[in-house]
Parts: sequence; structure tokens; C-alpha cells
Amino acid sequence: MENKGSPESVPFWFDPKKRSVAAQIGTLFLVGLLSWYLISNVLNNLEKQNIATGFGFLQKESAFEIGESLISYSAADTYAKALLAGVLNTVKVALIGIVLTIVLGALVGIARLSKNWLVSRLAGSYIEVMQDIPVLLQLFFWYAIFYESLPPPRQALNPMRGVFMCNRGVMFAVPEFHAAYLYMLSAFALGVFLSFCLKRWARKRQETTGKHFPVFKSCALLVIGLPLIVWSAFGAPMKMNVPKFSGFNFEGGFTLSPEFMALLMGLTLYTAAFVAEVVRAGIQSVGKGQREAAMSIGLKSGQVLTLVILPQALRVIFPPLTSQMLNLTKNSSLAVAIGFPDFVSVANTTINQTGQSIEGVALIMIVYLFFSLATSAFMNWYNRHVAMVER
Amino acid sequence: MQPETPRNLDQEIRPPVTHIGIIGWIRENLFDGWLNTLLTLLIVYFLSRVIPPLFRWMFIDSVWVGSPQECRQATGACWSIITANLRFILFGFYPYNQQWRPLAAMLMLFGLLSLSRDRNRWSKRLGYAWLFGLLAMGFLMKGGFFGLSEVESSKWGGLPLTLLLSVFGLTAAYPLGILLALGRRSKMPMIKALCVVYIELIRGVPLISLLFMGSIIFPLFLPEGITINKILRAQVAIILFTAAYIAEVVRGGLQGMSRGQYEAAESIGLNYYLTMRLVILPQALKIVIPPTVSILISAFKDTSLVVIIALFDLLKTTQSVLSNPEWMGFSKEAYIFIALLYFLGCFSMANYSRKLEKELSIGR
Repeated sequence: MENKGSPESVPFWFDPKKRSVAAQIGTLFLVGLLSWYLISNVLNNLEKQNIATGFGFLQKESAFEIGESLISYSAADTYAKALLAGVLNTVKVALIGIVLTIVLGALVGIARLSKNWLVSRLAGSYIEVMQDIPVLLQLFFWYAIFYESLPPPRQALNPMRGVFMCNRGVMFAVPEFHAAYLYMLSAFALGVFLSFCLKRWARKRQETTGKHFPVFKSCALLVIGLPLIVWSAFGAPMKMNVPKFSGFNFEGGFTLSPEFMALLMGLTLYTAAFVAEVVRAGIQSVGKGQREAAMSIGLKSGQVLTLVILPQALRVIFPPLTSQMLNLTKNSSLAVAIGFPDFVSVANTTINQTGQSIEGVALIMIVYLFFSLATSAFMNWYNRHVAMVER
Repeated sequence: MQPETPRNLDQEIRPPVTHIGIIGWIRENLFDGWLNTLLTLLIVYFLSRVIPPLFRWMFIDSVWVGSPQECRQATGACWSIITANLRFILFGFYPYNQQWRPLAAMLMLFGLLSLSRDRNRWSKRLGYAWLFGLLAMGFLMKGGFFGLSEVESSKWGGLPLTLLLSVFGLTAAYPLGILLALGRRSKMPMIKALCVVYIELIRGVPLISLLFMGSIIFPLFLPEGITINKILRAQVAIILFTAAYIAEVVRGGLQGMSRGQYEAAESIGLNYYLTMRLVILPQALKIVIPPTVSILISAFKDTSLVVIIALFDLLKTTQSVLSNPEWMGFSKEAYIFIALLYFLGCFSMANYSRKLEKELSIGR
């Protein structure tokens, strides 16, 4: 307010500044009062029901088994370790799911824009159907398919050598461990590093001399070739660890449990429909003029895509894509409904055993908040990185 | 009318038969280039392998009305799991001879929805009709007056519960979401901080953690001796969750308003409350109708999560039919039926949202 001449003439309840301070203090007071009331109730109730408080339970023995885990875990380990195994399972499902979703979503999104009527209609109905059915129902559906339609282990299907399918999951042969694989991994890392250097060198050379260097082909050669050379140098180890039926179940090989497959399939198919829409909108957001301009200066169609269309489309695609990836991660918590031991499922068991529901639910919230805050921090960084430079 | 034009000239102008009509369309849309031709042939082959057996399974070899034993002998789908248990799937444990009441409530809801389809009918009177209708639906379900026997809410289930959770969830979350959005845009730092923390906190965690909170922690928040029924607790969790998402949508609409609108309102002497009520919100909320409908769609789908805290919504009633040893093993058929119900609901809402989007974009 600009009437500095007569500050006394305005009563304090008409002064916007003082009024806003009063409103804020009032709100804070109310919120504080409400939380004090709730917390005192909680403390009172916990005392009456003899429930312990604090995170001391994390150090106690968990006494429950976890179906599948990336770290070695047994019922004798602590709750903390059980929860860690759960977090790792969530991360595993989320990461694999994200990769598959992006691939499938991009394919369907591009198919939606295809000039071929059948292809675009097929993609369109996929998107419509998947988006309109709750993801939990889809998880139950796939789980029922895996669990009811596949035979018990004794009559397992054997579609090809080394692969078995039954209602305990899909088992397939994996290469038996050999020291050569570790060296191959380092060779692969070296290949990636060298390709990175090569790309920078080639770009610099093109900028100074204008000479073109076949970067993609040589990089592919490096990344695939180096590990192959190492592999043959070690005498090409081929021994496989094949699953065998013994007693009641399969042993050896690698097992994908029906819970994991149903979860991965449901999440991927559901989220891919949303990603497809994001990709379609992103590609459509690039004006027709951009493509025409790029073609008119003589770029090849591949170059038009990688140098002109994609950099602009990605800028539109990226933010909604990240939020879809986050949705996938949050939806992976539905694993608890089909019995995959993800973080929420382990935390739920912990709550049931210890009765410390507040700590348990708080842990769930903290872990997921961490995922989403980390993702949005990354997204903000990326947005600043690719933001359009207006001139 | 040009009688002097010679007929043969007219025919010369016409494009070749391969470029017009059905043949032209097929050439252009299905066999344009070798890649498209290959794709088309592959898809036709794939469809011809998949559709006929699926059709046989669904319609020809299937059992529509029959006992589980007949189903187990048939090679097709067992739709009789639906026909035999339809009333339980739809209404759950609601007393059998009283099930006309949830049915009537649902019909009322559908009637109101179809009445509200046309934007020209949107008025205060329709708003009051909704308010009255929602109250009447609640009373009809609950009973305990006019000779209607009282039905405990623990017996509510099936489709009415799913609809109740989503409709009441959105109705209550909408005003809360608007308040949160206004708070987030507020110039008062404390209020803004509170709203930002709330919105980001809720949007960062999965709905299931809120449902857990509602079902296991919420009772601890209350003084001793007071209990709130399970449905209401889940409903509160859904409202708190949906409100955060609505707040973000409304904030988008508020940001879309030009400064001129605020300045114009200020210059004719409106205070904050009147500016918002008369100038800003009517425009901002109109812009965000389509995204609001998509929130309604996800709220509708998300109600299925109450299965996890053991409320008998549509999905849970189906699962309890499936856990009956007689009907065990027919999950596919049951889930397909539920999926169809959800699909019909979401698809009509999505269609409506697209229609609205078109209408609203014409006006601008």
C-alpha cells in the first residue's frame, strides 16, 4: 500500500501485511494444535496397547523368509537386512521395468503415428485398452495366467533346450561362472570408455577439418569386439548351468518366479501405454517445417531424425516420461498383492510382526519420497541442461 | 450444370481406379512401399492366427449358464462363473433381498451423470441436484428410515463401493485441491510452504502407503473409544491422495491466467476472495476440465487398491468368488469380465473428456 502519509489511519486488520502475518500465525497455530492433539492421542494409545516405539526393532531377528532376494538373506537376519532386500527387489523390478517400458512405449508410440492404417489402429487400441484397466487387475490377471495355465513342476513344459516353464516360474540355463566373464566385463567397460573418447575426438576433427569419421560403426566394433576377443583368448568357455528336476522342484539354472514375471509384465504393459502417448505427443510437437528444413539442407533421413527431430522431441518427451517412470516405481508397490517380496511387502510383514505400524509406514513413505525427490532433482538438472537457449 | 462439357473429357480427368475408392485407400494406407506391405502382411497373418481361436474360446466353445462341472468339461471360456455369481460380484455382502437399493443408487448416479453430459445444462440447479442425489444415494444404501432396514456399511461391497469411493473421493477432494492450489500460489511464505510440503509429500508416495496409514495408523490418531469404520478410513486416504493431484492440475490452470485478469479485478476494487471467486477460478477451472476428468479416471481405477486393505470392492468380491473351491481356476474369465466393466467406465469418461476438450478449444 502506498499511503505512507497516514499509517495510523489504517486499522491493523485492513493492513494487508499485518493481516497476512496474522493469518500465517493463525494457520500455524491451528496446524500445531492439531498435530499436538494427534500425537498425544497416538502416544496415549501406544502406551495402552503396549506397543514399543522407535526404530530399535530394525536390529532384531526378523524370523521370516523372503522368496527371492538379491543379497543372501535368511530368517535369522535382522529386520534391517530384510528391508534392504525388499528395497533391492523394488529397485530391480523398477529398473528392468523402466528399460522394457521405454522400449515398448517408444515402439507403440511410433507405431501409433505410422502411415499404415492397421499398425496405427492396432497401437491405438493397445493404448486405449491398457490405459483403461486398473494396473492391479492386470497384475492379478497375469499372475492367474502364469499360475493357473502352466503345469506343475513335474510336467513342466520344455519349449526349447535348457528352458522349462511351470507354475513355479520359468527356468533357463545360464553360463556357469568362469573368471573369463569378469575380464569380459572390464573389456566391455574399456570399450565404452574408448568409444566415448573416440566420439569426442571425431567431433573435434569434424569441427576443425570437416572430415567425417564413421563413429557409430567403430564404436559398435569396440564395445562388442573387445569382450569377444577376451572371451576367445580364454578358450571360449561354453559350460552352461542347466536347470534339473529333482525331488519337488528344479535346481540350478536361473529362475524367474511367476510373481516377478507377472509384476514386470503388468507394470510394463500398463506403463508402456502411457509412455506411447507421451512419445507420440513429443514427436508431433516438432513442427513439419523442421523436417522440411532439415531435408532441404541435404541431411539424410537418419540424420534428420537424430540431429533435428529427436533433440527437439526429447525435450518435450522427457518431463512426462520421468513422471511415468516414477509412476511405474510407485506402482511396483502393488507387488504386495501378488506376493512378490518388494519393499512394501516386506515392510508390511514387518508391521504385522512387530506391531510398529507408524515406523513401518513412515519407512515406506521415506523410501518412496527418496526415489521421487532424487528423480525430480535429476529432472530439474536435465531440464536446465537442455532448456532452449532463446536468442 | 455445364451441359456443354463433353462427357469423354469428364472421364479423362478422373484419376485411375487404383488411386481412388476402396482400392486407392488400401494402396495408400496398407501397401505403400515394401516395408508397409511387409508389416501389413505380418499383422494380417498374426491376427488370423490369434482371432479365430480366441473367438472360439470366448463365444463358441464357452459355457454361458451351467455348473462348474460342465465348465471343466468344456474347452472354451466359463462365463457361468459370472452368471452364477453376478449378484455377489456386483453387490458383495449386501443383504440379498435388499440389493435393489444399491442398484437404485447406481441408477441414480448414472442418471445424474448422463444429465450432466451436456455442458449447456450445467447450472446451479444441477449442482443442487447432485448434492441432493449424493445424499439420497447414501441414505438409500444406509437405510434405517421410511421402513428401510438399516444396513451396516461393513456389508457394502462390489460395484457400488467402487463407485462410492471414486465419486465421493473426487467430490470431497476437489474443493480441498482448489484450496491447496491457491495456498501454493499464495504470497504468504508459511502457507505456501505448508501446501508445497503437503502436495509434494503426497505425490511422492504410493497410494498404498496412504491406505495402510488409513487402515492401521489412523485408529491410533483418535482418542480411545472412538472408532471410524474401514470404508470411511479408506475414503479419507483416497481424498487426501486425490486432492494433491487436483491441486497440481488447478495450479496449472491458475498459472495459465494472464496477469491482466488479476490487475483488472484489482482495479475494479475486488478483494482477494472476490477476485478468485468471480474472475480467476471460473476461468481457470474451465481450462482444466479435461485433466480433471483424467484424474477422475485414475481415481476410479485406483479404488481397486482397497483390495489390499481387504475392503470388498468389485475386485475383492470377484476374488472371493474365485477362492471358492467350486469356481477355482476360472480367474481369466472373471478378471476379463471385471476388466470389461472398468474399461467401459474409463473409456466413456475418456471419450467425454476428448469431446469436452474439442468444445472448449473452439471457444478460445
